[in-house]
Amino acid sequence: MLLVTALGAVFIRDLFAVIMLFGIYSLVSAGFFLDLSAPDVALTEAAIGAGVAPLLMLATLALTREKTTPQPRAKRSIHTSLLPILVVTMTGAALVYATFDMPFIADPAGPAHNHVAPRYLQASGAEIGIPNVVTSVLASYRGFDTLGEVFVIFTAEIGVLSLLGFLADGSGRQYWQFEDTANLRRHNILHVVSKALIPVILIYAFYVQFHGDYSPGGGFQAGVLFAAGFILYAMIFGLQAAYRVVSPTALYWAMAIGVLLYGGTGVASLLLGGNYLDYNVLGSDAVHGQHNGILIVELGVGICVAAVMMSVFFKFSGRTAHFYDDRREVRK
Amino acid sequence: MTTVLGLYNYWIVIALMMIGFYVVIAASNLIKKIIGLNIFQTSVFILYISIGMREGGAAPILKEGVEVYANPLPHVLILTAIVVGVATTALGLSLIVRIKEAYGSIEEDDIAEKDGSL
Amino acid sequence: MILDILSWLLIIAGGFVGVTGAIGLFRFPDFYTRMHAASMTDTLTAGLILVGLMLQCDSILTVLKLALIFFIMAYTGPTAAHVLAKTARHVNLKPYLHGKEDAS
Repeated sequence: MLLVTALGAVFIRDLFAVIMLFGIYSLVSAGFFLDLSAPDVALTEAAIGAGVAPLLMLATLALTREKTTPQPRAKRSIHTSLLPILVVTMTGAALVYATFDMPFIADPAGPAHNHVAPRYLQASGAEIGIPNVVTSVLASYRGFDTLGEVFVIFTAEIGVLSLLGFLADGSGRQYWQFEDTANLRRHNILHVVSKALIPVILIYAFYVQFHGDYSPGGGFQAGVLFAAGFILYAMIFGLQAAYRVVSPTALYWAMAIGVLLYGGTGVASLLLGGNYLDYNVLGSDAVHGQHNGILIVELGVGICVAAVMMSVFFKFSGRTAHFYDDRREVRK
Repeated sequence: MTTVLGLYNYWIVIALMMIGFYVVIAASNLIKKIIGLNIFQTSVFILYISIGMREGGAAPILKEGVEVYANPLPHVLILTAIVVGVATTALGLSLIVRIKEAYGSIEEDDIAEKDGSL
Repeated sequence: MILDILSWLLIIAGGFVGVTGAIGLFRFPDFYTRMHAASMTDTLTAGLILVGLMLQCDSILTVLKLALIFFIMAYTGPTAAHVLAKTARHVNLKPYLHGKEDAS
């Protein structure tokens, strides 16, 4: 299944279909992750791969699609079509040869299962006291890693902002001032249904956020889910309505606040006498401290991720709206 | 599963990886290149998660009476990597948008042509 | 025992509708009939299989979860089909009528 959709993504030339296939591919791989007993990862992949990523790709397609002339096939020489296949086959063969030294799938004697993982599984119940080991490893044992990841997300968003934040024509308009884009305005049924559905999605996001200690979930998933619900709102009711609910400036603040919450927790634990991101000192005893620390850190992650996803979507769709605005003016 | 078939997960991963690799080096359209990178990325995710799987292991949520769990560490790494992946994809896509504005095309050949004529 | 038979009947019926829906998606001539096949799969397959699974499970919590999924599917599937059809009407996509190929 995975292989078929991936191959489809290679051979179909219509970019729209390729992007849709990529969404299906992500959904199938999410199911695969669930089968490999990784529900947290499956949740993330389903929300990101099938929701946000194809949406961004479609927005890019809308921005770049005019006069994409399909390349005449005869132009491609044998050099350009055969060489990649040769390189890929040779690399693949070398990698397959390398797999014969790897441990078998699900083998309990594999090296990955005999290093620090047993320690996490056995000790985290007593040391941290929350059932979801993934959350405790994410936020506590590997807190530094996660802090780094949050910074990477933040930096990527700053990159997107600096690339797309300004208008090329220099007409002095802010990027969020344009005509109303709600061309789904006439769909009454869609409005009614989404009005009932979006709150449910948002509440589910909060559930995933704050119940992440006990069931699959956590800041990353919750942030993406929240952003997905909000993006749905923006798509159905128009960007203008969405900007009235959350202004882009508020999103920048939220992004920074999310990262600062995470970093600030570390500083707080330093000031209280522990090491950086050592939550033991944040409560009356070590387990309570861990609980508080993980809750705050996950909240920071959730805020940051949600704000980043929403503001990336705003950037892309705002630019698309401008793009069509400008073309309409040119046509007049 | 102790035969050589027990390695099938690596072969799926390698096949996906090579498909992604092929798209990245052979496709001329930049959006398609990004999709190729994403397929490559997903293959790495599957590699990690399948390494973390364990015979008869439950999902790593502690429960009474369950002894064997899957390895939580790869889950953590991949969970963050997915979100970071979409952030970097967004960065790449915005680069494409800017390239389109500067060159008027997202086909690699056209861009190389324009660069050559400068 | 009766529950078992009933639930398997429902699941098999759901699977049958799913397969016919997939065949229809490929074989039907135009957008509207294809969409009919697709939305049939969306609601009827999911509904039948979910009800079948509900009869199988032993705890009331699982039944409630499945009912929630059923509710959400029944809520979103037809809406998506409706929006697709309406958009198709909006961009003047002509249905396939009486075996004549419509050129426009």
